[in-house]
Amino acid sequence: MKVREYASVIEQKEIAAGIFSLWLGTEQVAKTALPGQFVSVYSRDQSRMLPRPISICEAEADGRLRLVYRVAGQGTEEFSRLRAGDTLEILGPLGNGYPIGLFGVAKENALSDCSQIPGGESASECSTASGGEDGSLWEKSRILLLGGGIGIPPMLQLARALQEQGGARVQIVAGYRDELFLTEELAAAGELYIATEDGSAGTPGNVLDAVQEQGITADVICACGPKPMLRAIKAYAEEKDVPCWLSLEERMACGVGACLACVCQSTEIDGHSHVHNKRVCKDGPVFRSTEVEL
Amino acid sequence: MNTKVSLAGVELKNPVMTASGTFGSGAEYSEFYDLGALGAVVTKGVANVPWPGNGTPRVMETASGMLNAIGLQNPGINVFLERDIPFLRQFDTKIIVNVCGRSEADYCEVVERLADAPVDLLEINVSCPNVKEGGIAFGQNPEALRHITQEVKRHAKQPVIMKLSPNVTDIAQMARAAEDGGADVISLINTLTGMKIDIQRRTFALANRTGGLSGPAIKPVAVRMVWQAAQAVQVPVVGMGGITCGDDAIEFLLAGATAVSVGTANFANPYAVRDVAAGIEDYMRKYRVEDVRELIGAVNRD
Repeated sequence: MKVREYASVIEQKEIAAGIFSLWLGTEQVAKTALPGQFVSVYSRDQSRMLPRPISICEAEADGRLRLVYRVAGQGTEEFSRLRAGDTLEILGPLGNGYPIGLFGVAKENALSDCSQIPGGESASECSTASGGEDGSLWEKSRILLLGGGIGIPPMLQLARALQEQGGARVQIVAGYRDELFLTEELAAAGELYIATEDGSAGTPGNVLDAVQEQGITADVICACGPKPMLRAIKAYAEEKDVPCWLSLEERMACGVGACLACVCQSTEIDGHSHVHNKRVCKDGPVFRSTEVEL
Repeated sequence: MNTKVSLAGVELKNPVMTASGTFGSGAEYSEFYDLGALGAVVTKGVANVPWPGNGTPRVMETASGMLNAIGLQNPGINVFLERDIPFLRQFDTKIIVNVCGRSEADYCEVVERLADAPVDLLEINVSCPNVKEGGIAFGQNPEALRHITQEVKRHAKQPVIMKLSPNVTDIAQMARAAEDGGADVISLINTLTGMKIDIQRRTFALANRTGGLSGPAIKPVAVRMVWQAAQAVQVPVVGMGGITCGDDAIEFLLAGATAVSVGTANFANPYAVRDVAAGIEDYMRKYRVEDVRELIGAVNRD
């Protein structure tokens, strides 16, 4: 259920150059947020009309919500100046999130539960989403989470949720340009591997370079990051025949599926406009890799 | 206190409607409030067949506004009739269907398909700046506008609103051309053509290069054009362009609009249209206005 709230700022810190960690107190949003969902954050400056979509990094049952974001313009610069006690208007949780119910648990009918697969309304899509015939694939899944840059923060909530759910081996590869952040939290939530573009830590290169160097294999891949990275992961997953979910980014206006600004190219006819344009904010941001063209 | 107004014989419970393209067919915003709070819902433009729209990015924020170049993505009239109209019928509000097309024949086909549908008014979009064919091609030439209005009127069973472009030299002339063609109502303004450059990538910020500017940045232009158009024609005028609150809507009514539409404000506030309707009532109570119709065009009275 989407709710507009005036959240209270609990704490804000710059955890790497230009990367901020913001803890908010919410009434509703954190309590229902699923891994991979996002919130719309509104500027106090009326001249900045459009909300900034920011992924959820952590969501606690007590209402605390953590956003980790990069300062990319005037809106996020304004948010970075918020201090404890300030209020911030948010709308959320928005989007679909990762279908974690399918990952890592031996479920009697895991594979017929199409409702949990983003975009998997039809039976045929559902069966291609399976990868196994009796659900066994999901029983002892090795789940690989790939986060690149500001796509790393949502991997923390996802790793935590998988850890809580149990039954899965959670492997995380975090790809940075140079400076590291969130590594302590990620290491506590799964097996953490690091890649850096400048080679200052972990594997020099990108997340797939680290996957190769470390010999990581997986039964399921979940990824979030810049489009070139997602494009490479989509190709990798399809080549290896590993079910893969990608969280996409696109310029948004409404954030709720009304304005049709943030579309991505879908392989199937979309349910809204009956063309090949799924809405990132509403039908996504998480899509099965085979569901979208990047 | 009376907030009812009439557009071509259709009575709206209040003068506040949604602006086409910002509100879909209402489904997404109905999760936030009862659409029965609105005078009317104006749907996103619908064509005879599905349109995929433009490439992304399709939107960019600008100072006190935004540019969009969605390109009229829509599911086409078949899906619209089966899904969107029954959905809107659940609410105690009037239904206004915005119609787009590439040719006069396209527009007329959609209008004919809507003839037996439970729709209160049609709004004809001859002013979209973001599609190559159709749209604005009809909205910048008075003779083309008069002609398409006449054609649409020959096929329409419901009263017709012609939605005008601000990207013209003489808005009064365009308003008169629509009226001459038989328009029952005119609405304005659609977006102003604009451009934003991405200085990091050194190229156009929008995939479509140009886009339509909307939001509070255009409100003074819109109020001026509504005032000019309202004086040029006898038919009612629907005013829009940058309305975010009741006081903004009051300006348009005073300038001569019989009703108003709220668009871009929905993105800054999902309750915007409902809030504007409530804001008009607040103004009426504060200034002891018994009937909202007293406000329409009041700037022209002594």
